[in-house]
Amino acid sequence: MNNLKKKKNIKLLQGNEACAEGALLAGVKFFAGYPITPSSEIAENMARKLPKIGGKFIQMEDEIASMAAIIGASIAGLKSLTATSGPGMCLKQENFGFAVINEIPCVVVNAQRGGPSTGSPTKPSQGDMMQARWGTHGDHPVIALAPSTVNEILTLTIKAFNFSEKYRTPVILLLDEVIAHMREKVEIPAPEDVEVINRKKPTVPPEEYLPFKPDEDGVPPMANFGEGYRYHVTGLVHSEKGLPISDSQQIDHFIKRINNKIEKNIKDILIYEEYLLDDAKIALIAYGSVARAAERTVKLAREEGLKVGLLKLLTIWPFCSEEVNKLAQQVDLIIVPEMNLGQMVLEVERASQGKCRVVPYGRVDGELINPIEILGKIQEEIKK
Amino acid sequence: MKTVINDYIREEMFPNIWCPGCGNGIVLGAILRAIDDLNWDKDKIVAVSGIGCSSRITGYVDFCTMNTTHGRALPFATGIKMANTDLKVIVVMGDGDCSAIGGNHFIHAARRNIDLTAIIINNMIYGMTGGQYSPLTPTAKFGSTAPYGNIDQTFDLAELAIAAGASYVARGTVYNVRQSSSLIKKALDKKGFSVVEIISDCPVSYGKMNKMKSPVDMLKWIKDIAVSKKVWEGLSLDEKKGKYAVGEFLNKDRPDYTELYEEIIKKAQGMGGNK
Repeated sequence: MNNLKKKKNIKLLQGNEACAEGALLAGVKFFAGYPITPSSEIAENMARKLPKIGGKFIQMEDEIASMAAIIGASIAGLKSLTATSGPGMCLKQENFGFAVINEIPCVVVNAQRGGPSTGSPTKPSQGDMMQARWGTHGDHPVIALAPSTVNEILTLTIKAFNFSEKYRTPVILLLDEVIAHMREKVEIPAPEDVEVINRKKPTVPPEEYLPFKPDEDGVPPMANFGEGYRYHVTGLVHSEKGLPISDSQQIDHFIKRINNKIEKNIKDILIYEEYLLDDAKIALIAYGSVARAAERTVKLAREEGLKVGLLKLLTIWPFCSEEVNKLAQQVDLIIVPEMNLGQMVLEVERASQGKCRVVPYGRVDGELINPIEILGKIQEEIKK
Repeated sequence: MKTVINDYIREEMFPNIWCPGCGNGIVLGAILRAIDDLNWDKDKIVAVSGIGCSSRITGYVDFCTMNTTHGRALPFATGIKMANTDLKVIVVMGDGDCSAIGGNHFIHAARRNIDLTAIIINNMIYGMTGGQYSPLTPTAKFGSTAPYGNIDQTFDLAELAIAAGASYVARGTVYNVRQSSSLIKKALDKKGFSVVEIISDCPVSYGKMNKMKSPVDMLKWIKDIAVSKKVWEGLSLDEKKGKYAVGEFLNKDRPDYTELYEEIIKKAQGMGGNK
């Protein structure tokens, strides 16, 4: 019996359901949200499943309150999640910044739809890529992950929780309407096979605890409220003790420290896949549902004898500047297909430092980008 | 001179940022005396505030404290209480913080009747930003953004809380400080959403713009406008104008949100399966 292989748990899941499954595997115990298309199924799944494991769900009065509630629940000890779409993401920015400055772990899902404003609620978009980076005001670090399949939604939701706990920072999971709503085959791992990271706890007695004093890795250990460590948390720039400061040197040190915390761990945070890039002369760089089309384009182009490869980004923030720079030295042309008027392409241009030609390919009509049109773009560009 | 208050403050944070004559310190003292009377474990107390002068209170008390964003203290506190129901969660807000930008959160916290205590320090003005009128600035009074007099109607926060579904609602003043402390104590000890509004003074903004130059003038004014609930009930509508009823308005037992959620957990677990 011992050599019998473990039976795989394979299910046909919707993207939003897979997000809920991933969150549960990562140890989520609290969800606060507000209804919005196309993310509502995440809330509905959480409402059904959290109480079964002794967790808690609450539907708040608005998106602002949902973001506040998950931060409160996280500092009181529960891994917390909220989910929304563009209009709600706008409202969450205020308290997202509070989570950043106070280094409170939590995961925020944005199932992107067409914008701006109410936009096209049931159509996919990648228009929030720059909002994910710069949505809340001030200089701040961000981790944002962008799955392209339902299976990746599950695995990256787990990653999102792990990064948020490991680096004490809110993490954005950027879906789009298509992968949030489509159904695909998903392999659900056994809980014992899932790596789950929990926040570092203080090892010093309460009287010596400094809630914002980082360890070597740049991340301070975190005591939950109610565990005997009494300390202050404020949206004001604060000292290692958590108390407000106004000294310019201290402010400078603090802002740089919370930003460097992500930068110095970038190798661990960056997730990307290379597809047929070894001999490529043309590279596609894509993320989210567009990466699926781009992968197909690579196959079609290869059939025509074109040396095309794909760099598929799963971590979109921080941006993999070094990897893109290396790629720019290898290829003659990078095409960046995305469902917006050119957002990630700006980062690609910056990172490639003029070492190759960088061309955007955007679409904002609410339709998916298909493999044939990317191939068409390649053919058009190589004639130039 | 050491008093019972010294056991609950972060002395390193003093002197505080409040102006001479500000009522915030009086409310802080009233809260701490109430907590001391209840003999609560400091490790299990969480104080949450929003933005404004009064919200700085959380920085001065030796509990787990959270100075959050403007108007949002209640939803942060809701998350904390849901996550750990053993914690005693106190929320301190100013009048602008609670009734303007945080007005919707206030209504819904009361509607859920979640076990939190909200203490609203009502100085009838935005003090920190320099005296702009708030939803609780009385009609016809002056603010830096109401240089010709305020034409807005004011809220009655106590009536709002009662209508929205709170369990305990009271109003005190910084003049009647012993009464305020005992109202706060009852609110803290009450299961469900409890609200105490404390009418306070801001001599440098509200006072200066409304012909009350000194803190003493302001306290005398508060003494005049505050009438006991019993006296209030005997007043005509005209006589009520410009006055505030003080005392306990509501004290009833209703199921608190966290208890109701425990029932949900039992129900969900009783149904079995993972679907």
